[in-house]
Amino acid sequence: MTEAPPSESRFSLPDDMRQAIIAHARRDAPRECCGIIAGRAGLPVRLHPTTNIAEGNALYEIDPAELIDLEFHTMPAQETELVAIYHSHPVSPAVPSATDIALAFWPDAVYIICSLADSEQPVVRGFHIRDGAVSEVDLTS
Amino acid sequence: MPESDAVNVLVPTPLRSFTGGEGRVVVPGGTVAEVFDALEARYPGIGERLRDDSGQIRRFVNVFVNGRNVREIDGAATTLSPGDELGIIPAMAGGTPA
Repeated sequence: MTEAPPSESRFSLPDDMRQAIIAHARRDAPRECCGIIAGRAGLPVRLHPTTNIAEGNALYEIDPAELIDLEFHTMPAQETELVAIYHSHPVSPAVPSATDIALAFWPDAVYIICSLADSEQPVVRGFHIRDGAVSEVDLTS
Repeated sequence: MPESDAVNVLVPTPLRSFTGGEGRVVVPGGTVAEVFDALEARYPGIGERLRDDSGQIRRFVNVFVNGRNVREIDGAATTLSPGDELGIIPAMAGGTPA
């Protein structure tokens, strides 16, 4: 049996990674959390939590020193590549903000947002953000 | 190209469309700015992604030389030695409405 190739509008997010993103979001609240998912052929292999160096509770910026290491050393050594970037919205919905759209410099990645607006029921959604255009990517487990 | 002042440039995935898919290129340059000039000469269009109109490194592009962020050194004027490794990484950043 062959696996269906990854679709542009679908992203397979294993449940353990979904739960790890939610746990990270809760741990870092009220600050935004952030991290990346490395994978192969568009499929997730490993989740890498990262440090948010932005000031305040309403922004995220992944520590660029960690990104340099991931992009040019860790991921190539593990024969993976960037497939997704995640961050949390501690008090707002799981949709890209104007800032998220303006600062989306990785068009091939799925941008995953975890909202804790309803703390009992976190919402995790995925998007492509390309040249200011947002399209939802269905996250399947 | 003089071999003597060549530095190794690590090109991030989003900029590899300019380098024909190459993730590592070698160009001459004694400063970060000169390396950016050499990159633009060889890969037209890439320079605009790296620097703003005033010639400064864009706010959401980070440049590391041998593991050190050049913002903590001299920015685009940071001097380089032959064989240095210059890594370019666009930001992964965003935020929620204030």
